[in-house]
Order: sequence, then structure tokens, then C-alpha cells
Amino acid sequence: MPERRISSVLVANRGEIARRIIRTLQRMEIRAIAVYSEADAALPYVREADEAVPIGPAPPARSYLDAGAVLGAARQAGADAIHPGYGFLAENAGFAAAVIEAGLTWIGPPPSAIDLMGDKINARNLMERAGVPVAAGSREPVADVDAAVAEAGRIGYPVMIKAAAGGGGIGMSVAANEAQLRAGFETARSRAERFFGSASILLERYIERARHVEVQILGLNDSRVLALGERDCSVQRRHQKVAEETPSPGVTPGLRARMLAAAARAGQAVGYRSAGTVECLVDAASQEFVFLEMNTRIQVEHPVTEMVTGIDLVEQQVLIAAGGEVSFGPESVQPDGHAVELRVYAEDPVRFLPSPGLISEWAEPSGPGIRVDAGYAAGNEVTPFYDPLLAKLCVHGASRGEALRRARAAVDGFRIRGPKTNLPFHAELLDSDEFASGRYDTSVVGRLRP
Amino acid sequence: MTEVRAEMVANVWQVVASEGQSVADGDTLVILESMKMEIPVMAEGSGTVTKLAVAEGDVVQEGDLIAVIE
Repeated sequence: MPERRISSVLVANRGEIARRIIRTLQRMEIRAIAVYSEADAALPYVREADEAVPIGPAPPARSYLDAGAVLGAARQAGADAIHPGYGFLAENAGFAAAVIEAGLTWIGPPPSAIDLMGDKINARNLMERAGVPVAAGSREPVADVDAAVAEAGRIGYPVMIKAAAGGGGIGMSVAANEAQLRAGFETARSRAERFFGSASILLERYIERARHVEVQILGLNDSRVLALGERDCSVQRRHQKVAEETPSPGVTPGLRARMLAAAARAGQAVGYRSAGTVECLVDAASQEFVFLEMNTRIQVEHPVTEMVTGIDLVEQQVLIAAGGEVSFGPESVQPDGHAVELRVYAEDPVRFLPSPGLISEWAEPSGPGIRVDAGYAAGNEVTPFYDPLLAKLCVHGASRGEALRRARAAVDGFRIRGPKTNLPFHAELLDSDEFASGRYDTSVVGRLRP
Repeated sequence: MTEVRAEMVANVWQVVASEGQSVADGDTLVILESMKMEIPVMAEGSGTVTKLAVAEGDVVQEGDLIAVIE
């Protein structure tokens, strides 16, 4: 692949991920261009960028999701490339194609890979053909509620109702029987339409005591796909991740080897380039796993992989996009120690209801093994227009025990006043026997909040 | 007469009830959305919706009037 010159990158995102990407770009001496909505003008990432372009009012559809506005900003600022971060336009194949058509470099996988994996039904079928185990589920979109009921009869209850074009755990619900399926189907449809622009629904067999374990992959320009370790993301509320760790305490070395090999095969099956994640469900007792979906972007929780491998994944994305080699020896990746990430959300720690507002105080913890990727600072307003992520508290240790001890102290040392935060919940999580033992699954938060 | 007010800053995603409609305790009046979460606002007690103070797409602040039920 010919080398492309990347001397400036527009980060098509906001908050903590924009700030984190800008940090690596500046370390690589690449000019970092930020975009911001009217609601985000005072956030740290805007002033830390080398240049910042306003792109519209607060609602995402009129700013961060407005492809025309983002491309216009790239033209105005003279950007060579665009990094989409996660969410927003990151997995929009049409946007990726438009960036390439505009003569810019897209820092991400080819639009064809995004397209293939963006439809969850397609993705499952493709994976099955590539020899990756998949959960029982629909091979085609479910046309209406009666078709859903017929499909659930084939799959077996309980079933998960999901948006085929969805992601981020949004708009998913579980039906334990036909009555619940009939009651939930239309809501799922309208949510899918609203959040993802497609009413297409799929059903999957819901595994009750599963661990959500994903594998970080990196597709190189020589067509190799590396699997850089797994992350356990079972701590979830409303089907959205709250805390992640690597390595997964629920995965044996044998299972790890099988999952990493399958993830690399999955990446190869779609000609993957750049960073991506293969999400799976693991039945800890049987040590069996099934493919759930592939995310064709960098993920929120990528820092834990970085802390254990010593690899800057954003840097690798830029190097790969420029047509070159990665900065590390692919054969020589040696994981070292244990890392955990705690997502600090602007929500109350008991019922996890959103808590927007003005941040009056913000003091981050620091110390050995601590990394804070923060989107906000004192004086910033947390608005209702975006997800509730304030910061990621990431902690490394030589062992799981050390990482968790450091994390527990760091939670106490993180002071945020104004919006309510889930920091007290993280303290409870770390203090809980279930999490401390490592023997937890996706219903752990439900047990802490019966 | 009950004034139903917003408990937090949020976007008005869906207006479900209409002025003049009879509602029962627990009926959904509007659905707000904040930070990717849907928050239904429900009638406490029964009556008639004499006023609907919001439209889809509005942003409500904490304390803003959503509806009046008599």
C-alpha cells in the first residue's frame, strides 16, 4: 500500500476520546484539529487541540453526526485525515467513503468492512461461514411481531431483541416468553429506528449467566490481523458497560488461545485493517464462547489493553492509515500485569439515572499505574445531549489484586461535585465479594442493585 | 390540580398524551430523553390533561412545567 502523508488530523468526536486522540496526535507531532458543538465549547479537548472548528448546535444530528459539517470543517482547517473516535460517525460506512472520496485519509477500517459488520445479522452469518462460533439467532431480519414469535420458538426463550444496525447496548431488551416478546417488539422497533435509522430487528438466544468478553484486533497493511488480548466487560447496567478489565478472570489459557485465534480469523474474513473489537459471550462454566458482534472502531475501553501491552492503539491506527508498519514487533507482544477501567458516568450511583449539570469541582486521582482519560473539567456544563461518560479511570498493577487495590484508592481520590456520579457505585463494586473474586457475570450489577 | 414538572434537564422525545385527554394514575404523558436514556413522565393520580406545556424537540430545565392535570 502506498504511503500517505498525514500531517494533520481532524478528530470527528468530542469529550474524553477526542482529548485522548489529540494527545497521541500531538505526541506524533501531527496537527490536531477539533470540532465542537455549542454545548462543548468550554471542554478541555477544544482548547488543547491545535485548532478548533465550531460545527453547530448541541443536538448531535446538527453537529457531530452532520457529515457535511464535519467534512466542511476538515476542508476549512486543511486536514489530511479524519479520526472518527467511537460512536457518532465512526461506524458509518457512507461517511468513511465520503472522507476517502474527498481525498482525505480515513483513520479506520475500509468502508466495506464497516458495512459488512454494521449489520449484525450479516455479521453473524459471515462469522459462521468463517468458522467462528455464533449464538443461536435470526439469520434474517424479523419482519413483524408474529415472525418474531415464530423465530423465538425456533431459538428458544429467553431471547434478546436487538437492533440489527445497533450498538453501544442501546435499544436491547430481553423477553423471557411470548407475552414479553409481544409487549417489547414494537418498542424495540421504534428505538432501533430512532437511534440507528433502521427498524430492522434480530433475535438472539439470551445466555443468562454469561461473561461478555471481547478481543482487541489490529489489522495490518500486510493483511495480518493481530489479536492483542481480551477484555472482560461483564459489569453492565442497562446493557451498557460500566467497568472492564484485562485479562479476564473468567478465561482460562486454553479458552484465551481459542478466542484470540477466532478473532483473528474474523478480522481476516472481512479484510480488516486498523483497530477493531470482536465481542463474544463466554459461558464460564463450560468455557464455550460465541461471537456476538464486531465493532469496526476503537472502543471506549481500549486503554486497559494499552496499559497491559504497552501499545498506543491510536498511534497504530494512524501509522496503518498512513500505509506503513506498526511501531512494535507483532511477534513480540508480551502482556504485562493487569488493568481495570472504571467508567465515571454523570448519573446517580443508586438508580443510574442521568444527572446533568455544572461541574463545580473536579480533582483527579494520580499515582503509580493510574491513567485518567477525562472529558470534562471544573466549570464545564454536562448537558443531556450526549452519553453520560465524564471520564475513564484506568488502573494498572502487576497483579489483579494490586490493580484493584490501586483502583479502590483512586476512586476515593476522584472528587467531582455538581452532577451526581457513579463513583460511589464503583467503590461498592470493588468492595463486593463477587467482583473481588473475579467470578462475576453480566448480571453482577443486578445483584448489587436488587 | 397537579402540575407535572421536569425533574432534570432533558430533551422532550415523545409527547404521548394530548390536551383534553383523560388519564389514569401511571399513564405516560411524555417521554423525555437525557444522555441516551428514555425517561417516561407519568401521571400521578387520574384526571384530565388541561394543559400540555411541551412539544417534541423542546429542551426542558429542571422544574419546567410539562403538563397540568385536573
